[in-house]
This record gives sequence, structure tokens and C-alpha cells, in this order.
Amino acid sequence: MITFKNVSKTFKRHTVLDSVNLTIDTGERVALVGSNGAGKTTLIRCLLGEYLHDGEVTVGGLDPKANRKAVLARVGFVPQIPPPLKMPVGELVNFAASVCDSDPDRIVAMVRQLGLDWDQVRRLPFVKLSGGMKQKMLIGIALGRDADILIMDEPAANLDPEARHIFFHQLHDRKDNAIMLITSHRLDEVAALVNRVVEMDQGKVALDDRVADDVEMTARLDCVIRLTRAEAAFARAMGEWNFVSGDGGVSWTGAVNGPDRLRFLGVLARYAGLIAGIEMK
Amino acid sequence: MMNALMLTARLDIAESLRARWFMFYSLVFGGIVMLLFVFGLTESRILGFTGLSRLLVTYIQICVAILPVFILITTVRSVAGDRDAGVFEYMLSLPVPLHAWFWGKMVGRFVVVFLPVFGAMALAVAYTLLRGVEVDWTLFLLYTTLLVALSWAFLGIGMLVSTLARSPDVAQTGAFLVWLVLLLFLDLILLGVMIRQQLPVEAVIGVAVANPLQSFRTAAILLFDPEMLLLGPAAYVILDALGRTGYLAFAVLYPIALGTVCAGIGYAVFRRGDLP
Repeated sequence: MITFKNVSKTFKRHTVLDSVNLTIDTGERVALVGSNGAGKTTLIRCLLGEYLHDGEVTVGGLDPKANRKAVLARVGFVPQIPPPLKMPVGELVNFAASVCDSDPDRIVAMVRQLGLDWDQVRRLPFVKLSGGMKQKMLIGIALGRDADILIMDEPAANLDPEARHIFFHQLHDRKDNAIMLITSHRLDEVAALVNRVVEMDQGKVALDDRVADDVEMTARLDCVIRLTRAEAAFARAMGEWNFVSGDGGVSWTGAVNGPDRLRFLGVLARYAGLIAGIEMK
Repeated sequence: MMNALMLTARLDIAESLRARWFMFYSLVFGGIVMLLFVFGLTESRILGFTGLSRLLVTYIQICVAILPVFILITTVRSVAGDRDAGVFEYMLSLPVPLHAWFWGKMVGRFVVVFLPVFGAMALAVAYTLLRGVEVDWTLFLLYTTLLVALSWAFLGIGMLVSTLARSPDVAQTGAFLVWLVLLLFLDLILLGVMIRQQLPVEAVIGVAVANPLQSFRTAAILLFDPEMLLLGPAAYVILDALGRTGYLAFAVLYPIALGTVCAGIGYAVFRRGDLP
């Protein structure tokens, strides 16, 4: 269980966290949303024991700053912006596995599952990888060990649809035995992954609500879209979702990951005037 | 703990070997030795020294001028830059103990800053041996030890500046100021003025003793100029009190102690503050 009790953090008289109280139990998947400067990153850094703060943060009853090894061995963290590490990817994996008392082969297996060619990337400097490859590596390091607290900052933002599907599967497998804290600027990016939403605003918890969701994280929805006429911009947008058309661009078929459907519907909304029908099942 | 420390050191070496500053740094020190060969310093006869000894003397004099500033600037830029770019945020989310992280970085960084300097010197020795010229191994060993001490001292100061400054720009400015102050208080510059102004001798000696640049420079000169013609007044007094062997021991031990104390203070600040 994670608890934040009256947690405040001030930088040069600017209050970034203002008496935050929050309790997160095992099995909870929390979307931590809010605009820039709302306090999401600071809250996570307090949880990781990286910041001094007022109040009390505990993970399983332990203070993360005083018990770094015990707490952080349980944490898989994926930052929003990958660190610009120049070291070879293989060195990073070996280091992470060694300090976590884990097996690097598990991380490599996870990275391979996410669609990365390990033999190709292992000697490359991490910083030279593409955005999506870096994201897969960081997710692989977070999930390729026995972490039961997953802290992820927009983790799926740079992943291709197939990697997203595998990633959602991994989260699904752990959902009952882990705590997941997923941050995002936008709720629609993460809403379908979570069962609780915490919105932060100016350093305070502005909203704390439960989410009811009947679609499984691992579900894939078959989708058919019919248009009133073919449109090149729409065809490009559908291409990014791996949708295909058999009749010159008037009707489109493909599959959407369950947790991605809000994001997909957001894309469709831009072409609402063209759409004659949508079917998702 | 030792395992995590060595892992961090190895990681820092892997990281630094691919950094642009390291390429430039290695090129500078390798280039200096090459230039000394090209300009025929091994053939010259100055102050009674010929061949490799003369080259090493020149090399060591160049090192005292540029090695400290190189170490300071590259250390603070990369350490403070890593913090600024989110490297600390990510790497310190892994369960690595803070002492292993800090001291591991220090050890890894030491290997990376010392090896090119030593490598260039070793290159000169190898070339001399190939030409069948005798090598003064005692001198080579003493210069190497002095370079270890100098590198460690400025690495420790660099780690301290990196932890005190919250941004790469402030850290870089701070490091440059430290180097400038130490350079100004070399025996032949401000200390000479202080003596002329008849400041208390104890104060002048104290400033000279505290300056790691001064201890390195005096010890280096002592090795090739037994007449001490190039020494400043303060160094002359210190030498008089400690003797040749005593001063050489001081010139090795004091910078190592200074670097360790500075890094120790840096670690205390790092551990007690915000990490990223």
C-alpha cells in the first residue's frame, strides 16, 4: 500500500505540492492526470524517494528515502522523457538487472516481446534509439523483473499498435497483484487502462474517482468504419492504425486495442462530417 | 555495496567513453605529446635534461595549466548536465544505494580523466624505448603519482561544485572561478604580490600550502630543477621546512586528501538534498 499523508513540497517559495493525502492499495490502477505544473512529476519523485518534502510518504510502511533498496526493488518506473544515456543498451540492461538482483535475460525477453530486435540494439548507445525503441527498452526494464509497483509517465505514447497490445497484456497479467500509477496530461490516453482517476491541480488533489470499465485491457475490438466519400487525410490517419480499405477508401476495417478505443474515437471525431457509420465489437 | 559501486563506476566509464568531451579531451593530451615529438623536444638539451625527461617536464608543465580546468569543466558539465537532463531521475529510481552511485561515479570518472593523460605519457615512454633510449623510471613513476593526486583533487572539487550548483551553467561558472582563483594564487603570481606587500609570512605560506596547483607545480619543478631556480618564495620556505622527500610526500597526499574531503562534503550535500 502507498500512502501520502499531508505531503507538501516547495521550491523557492513556490508550493508545488500542497498537503496531498492519498492512499493507493494493491490492485488499484490509478490515472494521475493534470496539466503541466499540476504536481504529478513532483508527487512521483517524492514516491521514488528522490525529493525532500514535508509530510509522510510510505510504501508498504517504509519511507522510500530511508529504505531505498527495499522500496525501489519493488518499483518499475518509466519516465515520460527517456534519459539521454550514451551507454550501450546492453550495459544499461546489465546494470538495471544487477542492482535489482534480477536476471537480464528476463528483461531481454520482455524487450523482444515488445517487438525490439535485441541483437540489433544491444550495442547501440541508448540515446541513438528512436523514441519508440527507447520506450520499449524502459518498459522492458520496468516489467522484466518482479516489480509490483509500476509508475509510468505516458508509457504507451510512442508505441506502435502491436507493442501497445503486448504492453496492455503485460499490465493485465499484473493488474490484481500490483499497484499501477499512470500519469498523463490527457485522461483519454489512459482512461481505459485504469480503475481510478486522480486529477491534480496546483499541487492539490482536485478529483479522486473510481472508473467502471467493462472492456478488458487485453481486448481487441474489430472495427468497421463507413464514410460518405473517400478522403486522403482520413486514409493517412487510418494507415497509422493499420486499418485497410477494400473499396477505394469508403469503408475501412481493422482492430483497435481495448484501452486505445477512446484515443481512436478521438481521431475519428476529427472526421465526424465524413463518417456514415461505425461498428466496434 | 562494493558490487553496486563497481557497477556504477563501470557504467560511468561506458557512458563517458562515448561522450564528445572525452574524444576532445583524449585528442588534446594525445596531441600535446605528438606535438612535443614533432617539435623535437626529445632531441633538445635544456637545463641539463635531454630526451624523454625533457619531454615529460614540458608535458607536466602543460598539464598543470590545463588538466585541472579540463577535469573541473567536464565533471561539472556532465554531472550537473545529467541531473538537468533527467538521467538522475531515472537511474536513481533503480535500487542503487546513494553512496555506491556517488562514489562509483567518482571512481569511474577518475579512470576516464586519468587514463588519457597517463596514456599520452605512456605513449612517449613506449616511443623512447623503441628508439633504444634509456628511460628514467623513477621520474616517470613520480610524475604519474603526482598526476593521480592532481586529478583526484580536482575531481573531488568538481563533484562538490556539481552537487552545490543546481544547473549546468552555474556549475560551470563555479568550476571556472575555482580554477581561476587557484591559478591566481600560484606562488609566482598573487603570492609574490602578497609577499611584496609584506603580508604575514604564515598567511602567504598557508595559502601556498592549501593550493593543490601549487603543490603539484612545486613538486614537478623539484624533480627536474634541484637548484629550485624556478620556484617562488613561498615554495622555497615550505621546501626548507619539509625537505625534498617530505615535500614530495605532501604533494601526493595532500591533493588526494583534499579531493576526498571535497567529494565527501559533496556526497553529504547530495544525500541530504533533492536528488534530481
